Amino acid sequence: MATMQVELVSPEKVLFTGEATQVITRTLGGGEIAFLPGHAPFLGALTECHTRITLVEGGVLDVAVHGGFVQVAGNTVSILSDIAELGDDIDRNRALKAKDAAEELLRKEHDAEAVSALSRAHARLSASGGIVGTSQGAH
Amino acid sequence: MAGGQERILRGRIRSVQATKKITRAMELIAASRIVKAQQRVAAAVPYSETITDVVKDLAAAGGSSSQSPLLAGRAEVTTTAYVVITADRGLCGGYNSGVQRAAEGEVKADVLDGKSYALVTVGRKAEGYFKFRGYNIAASYGGFSDSPTYAQAREIGQDVVARYIAGEFDRVELVYTRFISAGSQEVVLRPLVPLERATVEGGDGKAPDAAGTPSDYEFEPDPGTILDTLLPRYVEARIYAALLNAAASEHAFRQRAMKSATDNAEELIKNLSRIMNRARQDSITTEIMEIVSGAEALSGGKNVKTIDLGPIADLGSSN
Repeated sequence: MATMQVELVSPEKVLFTGEATQVITRTLGGGEIAFLPGHAPFLGALTECHTRITLVEGGVLDVAVHGGFVQVAGNTVSILSDIAELGDDIDRNRALKAKDAAEELLRKEHDAEAVSALSRAHARLSASGGIVGTSQGAH
Repeated sequence: MAGGQERILRGRIRSVQATKKITRAMELIAASRIVKAQQRVAAAVPYSETITDVVKDLAAAGGSSSQSPLLAGRAEVTTTAYVVITADRGLCGGYNSGVQRAAEGEVKADVLDGKSYALVTVGRKAEGYFKFRGYNIAASYGGFSDSPTYAQAREIGQDVVARYIAGEFDRVELVYTRFISAGSQEVVLRPLVPLERATVEGGDGKAPDAAGTPSDYEFEPDPGTILDTLLPRYVEARIYAALLNAAASEHAFRQRAMKSATDNAEELIKNLSRIMNRARQDSITTEIMEIVSGAEALSGGKNVKTIDLGPIADLGSSN
């Protein structure tokens, strides 16, 4: 089975590096995109999203990526993100509270800050086991 | 009186010993933090390397379409902003003064050229120094010099970029202490905005595909848009790297300063103990003399028979 190298890098540290068979992420305004081994060189800006990395040894690594960039070159996918959290490290209760607070705010007025807070909360919840009790469901 | 001097000396020795304990503790703390700070500098390298790579490729591929002022620069530079990175605390030898002196020199040169300047101070020491001397401070940050986080770098970056785009600054330079190794650090001045041509150029806009042959990138969204979102991140990454370097240098400087302070305290204790011992010896000798002469004076009034003064009188005459 063909594999590729995946690097997930934040400014403070390298969050993940390893072999994978598939990476799914979401570009700015372009919707979701999946990279398989042998993908053509690609550069994209990412939005807040739930990124899924299918590992070679089986299983999927769930990551909440809050904006950033993806570079595909020479069978290596590099994801650069200011803030990225591995699914296991996410505090679901906090994310749920943040989601409710953002939704509450959005009912009253359309606020850019609240919109991005909501998409961050969605990314976190989706990456940490799916969105429950929301109208939108998982991405 | 002689006993009083000895007491004063004992007090001084005790106080120097207490200071020595503090400087020794600070030295050990700084030494342990250097390692941690060095690891953080190393951990930030992959991100800044990759982002530099991406910026190069983007600038080559979509450089003509990008009108980003961060890249283009201004034709006429009137205001230069200096981001001066120092520590929040003192007791670190010449660390703060080195950076401050470098920044002050640049500012003075600008003023002589008839240009204006602005200072963005990072660290409480720089803020205090430049505020006291009446320099023009545009913004100041502080409270995180020994362990900066990316969020703080982003705050500074966003502020600087916003002011640059608004036209408040025409050029931004970083002044900080670069960490080379635990034994050597240097104060450096690095251009931050507009981005150096050298860092941006050099990319061919192509990347090896899976087979290893160079081919054009696909972009999503278009290269210009990616570059516009990427450049502020790049500036933030540069500031973050500078903050980490500065933090590691601060610990190294503090360790050295505290080591020599501890050595000096040891030396001082040794000298003071010598003086104290001599003073004590002197006071004991004086006391014996007083007792002897007192006894002599008392015996002088009594019957001479009880004490045989013969040999003593002989000694006295021979001297």
